[in-house]
Amino acid sequence: MAASEAPATTSPAEPRHARRIFLIWIVLALVADLLIWFLWKPHMPPGDMSTSAEHQQTDIAILALTAAPVMLFVWTYFGYALTNWRYRDGDEDDGPPIFGHTGIQATWIIGTAVVVLAAFVFGTVELIIPAGAGAGEGPLPVWKPDGSNYLQVQVIGQQWQFTYRYPQFGGMETTQLVLPQGRPVEFHVTSLDVIHSFWAYQLGVKADGNPGVDDVAYTTPEHTGGFTVRCNELCGLWHGAMFNYGTVVSATDFETWASTTETQLAAVTKILPPYALTYDPTVIPQLGQDVVKVAGITGANGYYYNPGDPVQP
Amino acid sequence: MSIEIEPEKAQDAAGQGPAAPGRARPWWMRPAIHTALVGAVLGYVVGHWLGNFLSSSYARNALSDTNDFPIILGYVFGTVGWLGGLGVFNDLFRQMLGRPVPVLEEEHEAATGVARFFRYSLDHKVVGIQYLVGMIIYFCTAGLFAMAIRTELLSPTYHVFNASTYIEVVGEHGTMMMMLMSSVVLGPFGNYLMPLMIGSKRMAFPRLEALSFWLTPAAFIVLLSGILLGGFPFGWTGYAPLSVQASQGADAYAVAFGLMGISIILAGFNIIVTVINYRAPGMRWSRLPIFVWSMVTVSFLMVLATPVLVGGMYMLITDRTVETAFFASQLGGSSYLYQNLFWFFGHPEVYILALPGFGIVSEILPVFCRKPLFGYRVAGAGMIGVALLSFFVWQHHLFDSGINPEMRPLFMLTTELISIPTGFIYLVAMGTFWKAKIRFTVPMLFALGLYFNFLIGGISGVFLSDVPADTTEHGSFFVMAHFHYTIMGGLIFAFMAACYYWLPKMLGIKLNQTLGKIHFWTMFVGFNSTFLPLFAIGMLGQPRRVFEYARNLQTLNDWVSISSFVLGTSILIFVINVIWSTVIVREPETANPWQSRGLEWQVSSPPPGGNFEHIPVVLSSPYDYGVKDAPPVADLHPPVGVVSAAYAGAGVEA
Repeated sequence: MAASEAPATTSPAEPRHARRIFLIWIVLALVADLLIWFLWKPHMPPGDMSTSAEHQQTDIAILALTAAPVMLFVWTYFGYALTNWRYRDGDEDDGPPIFGHTGIQATWIIGTAVVVLAAFVFGTVELIIPAGAGAGEGPLPVWKPDGSNYLQVQVIGQQWQFTYRYPQFGGMETTQLVLPQGRPVEFHVTSLDVIHSFWAYQLGVKADGNPGVDDVAYTTPEHTGGFTVRCNELCGLWHGAMFNYGTVVSATDFETWASTTETQLAAVTKILPPYALTYDPTVIPQLGQDVVKVAGITGANGYYYNPGDPVQP
Repeated sequence: MSIEIEPEKAQDAAGQGPAAPGRARPWWMRPAIHTALVGAVLGYVVGHWLGNFLSSSYARNALSDTNDFPIILGYVFGTVGWLGGLGVFNDLFRQMLGRPVPVLEEEHEAATGVARFFRYSLDHKVVGIQYLVGMIIYFCTAGLFAMAIRTELLSPTYHVFNASTYIEVVGEHGTMMMMLMSSVVLGPFGNYLMPLMIGSKRMAFPRLEALSFWLTPAAFIVLLSGILLGGFPFGWTGYAPLSVQASQGADAYAVAFGLMGISIILAGFNIIVTVINYRAPGMRWSRLPIFVWSMVTVSFLMVLATPVLVGGMYMLITDRTVETAFFASQLGGSSYLYQNLFWFFGHPEVYILALPGFGIVSEILPVFCRKPLFGYRVAGAGMIGVALLSFFVWQHHLFDSGINPEMRPLFMLTTELISIPTGFIYLVAMGTFWKAKIRFTVPMLFALGLYFNFLIGGISGVFLSDVPADTTEHGSFFVMAHFHYTIMGGLIFAFMAACYYWLPKMLGIKLNQTLGKIHFWTMFVGFNSTFLPLFAIGMLGQPRRVFEYARNLQTLNDWVSISSFVLGTSILIFVINVIWSTVIVREPETANPWQSRGLEWQVSSPPPGGNFEHIPVVLSSPYDYGVKDAPPVADLHPPVGVVSAAYAGAGVEA
């Protein structure tokens, strides 16, 4: 593509547009990046409550550091062009016939490709190092945290609530999500009816619960405190009301809570179906009375369980 | 196979053409929208009765405990009745019975007056206007649903609607926008302008074109009727098994989406064939207006991606009626299957919505910069690149779903790669701006609005493509803000640019420029003020489609709601402007008010029946602004024999 005039060259009378644009841009980009890193990053969601959340915070900040100069470059150029190269009254001539410029086109393509590939490499590293970045990895997780002393927590979604089973504590099922600080947690997310999504916001964990699928996600809570759990996949009428809260407590507090609750719930745990990675609500004999059966498939209206089961401890 | 060539004949004045058979009947006997409505009602009644007759005892959808057979059959028969009432099948029967079929050229010239817009017209200019009015109606209806959503979200706890009404409104808004707006540019501007831009007198398949339009009101009515059946609680995505479990409103969703799928396949097919076969002599691929390139790439996406959607909707319907269990995990189906099918269509779909916008702004830019389009080939390559890559990215919607985690880096890569060809569009714009003489007309303002908004939309897409960042952003209002920035801020701004740019050509009437500028600024400010805070709301943890949210997000949500009413007002200004200018003031427009080199501007406003007196011979690129001694874009009165010689030279039998 031949250029009839190289956009970079300027006639002596004209200011050096390219240099001006570059200077304005470099100043703006520097200021923006400094603001992002020092002012915004410490407050950037989802915070640093767990390893995955912390990595996501850094990841989002680094993406913002990359994005800001790109956006500012385009905006600076546009602003400069719109102020300097506008139509003046009485000037009915056409502009210079520039059809293209091989050098600039090649630079642009190579430049964007480099940024994109860098973002890809960085994203992949940030996916692998924090063990899947808190995203649901399906039944056969590829990336796991170091060590093997995972706390297993099963998250069961149904219309319209989450319940949690702790297989290492007798398979007890509670509506309370309590996690110990400093120990890797292995979430097993599944669903009894439609697709739900388990989003522990401050922990940086998000995993879909599909019926008949065990979706595993990892994180390691680093700070104690409360966090919000919301259903993140539209699951019907009361999707907006499908949320509850969880807490991260110290390891000893957790042991105390878990053993107390296990004892409290022993009677209920007995009538629950045995712990499994997935459940088929049509064939849970223990819950037969509470299951609506029509033509062999179960109706799913949020009442697989008797309202008292599982009980709030 | 020979290509049909229009004879080079002087055209009769409008309305002088020989009368087609059946023209003598009174107006209410001739097929038009009223007979179509009668046909639709009759068809629905027959279908509903048939459904009950066939399946009263056995076909119950087990998950929802409703009988969907009569509803589905009612919709299908109703649609056939609608088309039959319009006279879609009349020529087919005439041919079968050996009776004469009206000739297309006569159709182009014979019909005048407002009545032709309510008929099954084979004139691409009539279909274009039909599409335009239809699309504005659909857009405003879906926009009103959006206003309703924002009204409900004014308060985290106080409710204007109950949960079920709210979720119906969310579903109607999303589905109507995503399915009907996929033709918002290709329908009106593609059908109307593309033949003019490539120097053709017609589209390749006028019947498919008309059918593609008349399926859209059917889809619109079917979708809206879902409210009467209780709506559908699953948004525009319709994830199974929720959509299998849902009550009868879901049938409206599946049938409407399927009908619209068929409509956009037909529309796309027609565009591709027209561009390949109906270009005037001299209209080389390298001289094709960039808007036509965008129409071609979009059409390929439509033709290749939408059949997957139609298949998916068919599977959903059979799951709901005859329990085929494609998506029921207890019976060996998979909820992932629906997600894969849906997004294999759904991701190309969002580029079906984005590419026409790129085409429009790239077409408008050179005219108002008074410069050639910078890097024409780069722009075309960008569109083709986006179209190709869009088939390889759909799994990024499923990063948290638990499918194939080891493939996540791959889909992260393909998704991020797509920003390279998208960036070409910006390179082209920036190159065109260099030392330009920019005229801030209303179409230009809207085009600039697209570049501003789409940059935010596109860059936020890179955040979403990154798996770790996506873990926080997925399914939240961040995503919602992102795709509204690309579609509303991109496509709809481009649509408005196209309206202000081409409506004077299409209607022959000036639009009020002052109202246009007021419209632009209210829309631009209202839009950004509505959707920019939504990124923050999403990052702060508000999932999509909820009707209760955290109390600390109320201030931001209220700000967004009030801004959205401003945005709604701006659309009202647009509607008022169009009605005021075209119905009340009616100031005639000159043939070429923008001094454009585009071929469509070289004919009168509005273009004559049959577009061109003679097939033009294209002599140069439509973007040769500022080129010394540039030949005119086309010779509109080529010497006799030149066109047939050109076709003969190309080995085509004239």
